[in-house]
Amino acid sequence: MAQAATADAHGDHGHHHEEGFIRKYFWSCDHKIICFQYLFTGMILAAIGGFMAYAFRMQLAFPGESVPLFGVVSPYEYNSLVTNHGTIMIFWVAMPVLIAAFGNYLIPLMLGCDDMVFPRLNRLSYQVFLLSAIVLIASFFVEGGAFGGAWTAYPPLSAKAHYNLTPAGSTLWVIAVGLEFVAFLMGGINFITTTMNSRAPGMKLWDIPMVVWMIVIASILFMVSVGPLIAGAAMLVFDQMLGTGFFDPNRGGDPVLWQHLFWFFGHPEVYVVLLPAIGIVAEVMCVFSRKKLFAYKIVLYTAFATGILSFFVWAHHQFISGIDPRMANIFTVTTVLISVPLAEMMFVFIATLYGGSIRLTTPMLWAMSFIATFLLGGVTGIFLGASGADIYFHDTYFVLAHFHYTFYPIAIIGTMAGITHWFPKMFGRQMNEFWGRVHFWVTIIAFNCIFIPLFVLGAGGQHRRIYDFQNYPDLAGQSMVDMRVFATISLVVMLVAQFIFIINFIYSAFRGEKVGRNPYHATTLEWVAPSPPGHGNFEEMPTVYRGPYEYSVPGREEDYWPQHVPN
Amino acid sequence: MDGKPLATLRSTSGVPTGRLAIWWLLGSEIVIFGGVLMSYLMHRIGHVEFGDYASHTNTVAGAINTIVLLTSSLTAVLAHDAAEMGNGKKAFKYLMFTVFGGACFLVIKSFEWSHEIGLGYTLQTNAFWHFYYTAAGLHALHVIGGMIAITIVAFQAKKGHELQRVELVGIYWHFVDVVWVFLFPLLYIAK
Repeated sequence: MAQAATADAHGDHGHHHEEGFIRKYFWSCDHKIICFQYLFTGMILAAIGGFMAYAFRMQLAFPGESVPLFGVVSPYEYNSLVTNHGTIMIFWVAMPVLIAAFGNYLIPLMLGCDDMVFPRLNRLSYQVFLLSAIVLIASFFVEGGAFGGAWTAYPPLSAKAHYNLTPAGSTLWVIAVGLEFVAFLMGGINFITTTMNSRAPGMKLWDIPMVVWMIVIASILFMVSVGPLIAGAAMLVFDQMLGTGFFDPNRGGDPVLWQHLFWFFGHPEVYVVLLPAIGIVAEVMCVFSRKKLFAYKIVLYTAFATGILSFFVWAHHQFISGIDPRMANIFTVTTVLISVPLAEMMFVFIATLYGGSIRLTTPMLWAMSFIATFLLGGVTGIFLGASGADIYFHDTYFVLAHFHYTFYPIAIIGTMAGITHWFPKMFGRQMNEFWGRVHFWVTIIAFNCIFIPLFVLGAGGQHRRIYDFQNYPDLAGQSMVDMRVFATISLVVMLVAQFIFIINFIYSAFRGEKVGRNPYHATTLEWVAPSPPGHGNFEEMPTVYRGPYEYSVPGREEDYWPQHVPN
Repeated sequence: MDGKPLATLRSTSGVPTGRLAIWWLLGSEIVIFGGVLMSYLMHRIGHVEFGDYASHTNTVAGAINTIVLLTSSLTAVLAHDAAEMGNGKKAFKYLMFTVFGGACFLVIKSFEWSHEIGLGYTLQTNAFWHFYYTAAGLHALHVIGGMIAITIVAFQAKKGHELQRVELVGIYWHFVDVVWVFLFPLLYIAK
């Protein structure tokens, strides 16, 4: 392990000439640099999105008081903060980090090739993504401020400036989201084509590591679901700027049309970000339990099934939008059905852990907590998928707590598992294990302390889109106020704990303990390359002889059997 | 970095990488147009009066444009054939015919739209005209994009470079053509 390959960690840059800083880090076509671009942009936006959450949670806990580092939150600012917190965390944090950053880093390395099939398209994809992030941030500084009509942007509120009072902000919001979609379509085509065409010799479909499969399935899902929303976004911009009435019932349009277009994308989108996180968890669990992934093919078929089913559940977001109750029943059935494949994946992970020699390293802790927290998110989803119960729960904090219990494991826990797991490969150094665990425990406990009270508040009838609960006697009782304050303090603790991670990350990237190629004794191809991999990734292009998870094979001297070793 | 990475040159699936990518691109385009057309169809079913508005469209101009586009697709096929033979110069000529066809389509379209706007049927008039201009406009943008791509590929082909790209822009152009074949009856003919 560490002693095996420290020497050649830096030895393979010789053949290629040094480039300038800008050319190397901002104009590079190298998939690893593009991963870092996506990763760091995503992290910066996560900090912005987290700060927004801090500002509006403080307003909810201590209404009307000046928030440190922000000031008094006005009702308009509250709306823009809530809206853009949601938008940023989904489109500018979960998507770029889970799919783009890990996809870019892992796909060429795990498939045993030197780059993406279209490196320049890859670079363009990041540039469009960066532009979209700039457009979104710019919307805070235009007249009227940033869009405040919720991340779902339902018309007529989003379509008419005299309702939303953000004439420029709402248009910039739609344009930013549209540009982001274009960036991910380009990235997705690259991921899919690379996986189909550039695998190492000998690597059959069933030899592809699970995380690559999951990113590819997610890219296909994204590609198939996003089209109608791109069309819808064009219509919405036309409604805002060119005086059309696509979503205006007075002029022959239909506001519910937007809801259909949005959720036809919006629900598969949940699985677009979920599947890569599940893939990361699968990789981490196999490595740290020294076991083969339980039922590799079943997991894949399950992922396909989830993908297909996810196109038939979207109207469960619209149970109170006046859809036909008979239709609502059908969507209830499909929604409850989709929990079957996901429950099965959870069982598969537990079965993978069973009987393994488990090492509780930081990535493994993150991976195991993914199961624990996502399970809670999934179970509460059953309440909301049932159309009868949803009429009560709709737009309460119960919904909010439910989707944070799904998205947080995906976007934060999954990402943390991935970053801590592949950090040695990315930087050639190990992160500090002790501070990694401290960060893990503080984050995970604080996370549960934020959202468990919100479940209770939601069940107590607390509505999502209220700026100041003092005006609602039913919601202003002492116990409810206490829970709000408790959740907010937990949030502050959780946000502060992220500094442990940031410091650990930066310090370890430069000063951490150096590691060799394969510190975990893992089997997949990325561990064959030097840490960090140089230009072209491998000194000698690997050939694949077996599946990705051959751990603890009986009769072999070592407990792992790498994919590229002939026998 | 000079030349293409090894990744671009591999072909594990047996299908050339460029062709694979262009089909995935078309897949994403199909759902975008699918979104517009499904929205239009749902409105069309709910509003009988769309038929009356549609009677103000110029079916003859639409039919001529259909023929123009189909012909330009034919020259794209001939260009592909020439490129397969390794004859870049011939492929260039045929591709230029295709670009010319795209230009004719746009000219006819602009006369048509000017006439309709002159009669007072603009983008803002009502839901039918919203869809009419949006769907046809989105298609026209694809025609323009296709013409630019074909021109670039044609000049490369003239020098004998990257001849496989002639097929790829051809596939894209057929798609643009097929979209129009859906738009024409839905927007113009269905009364």
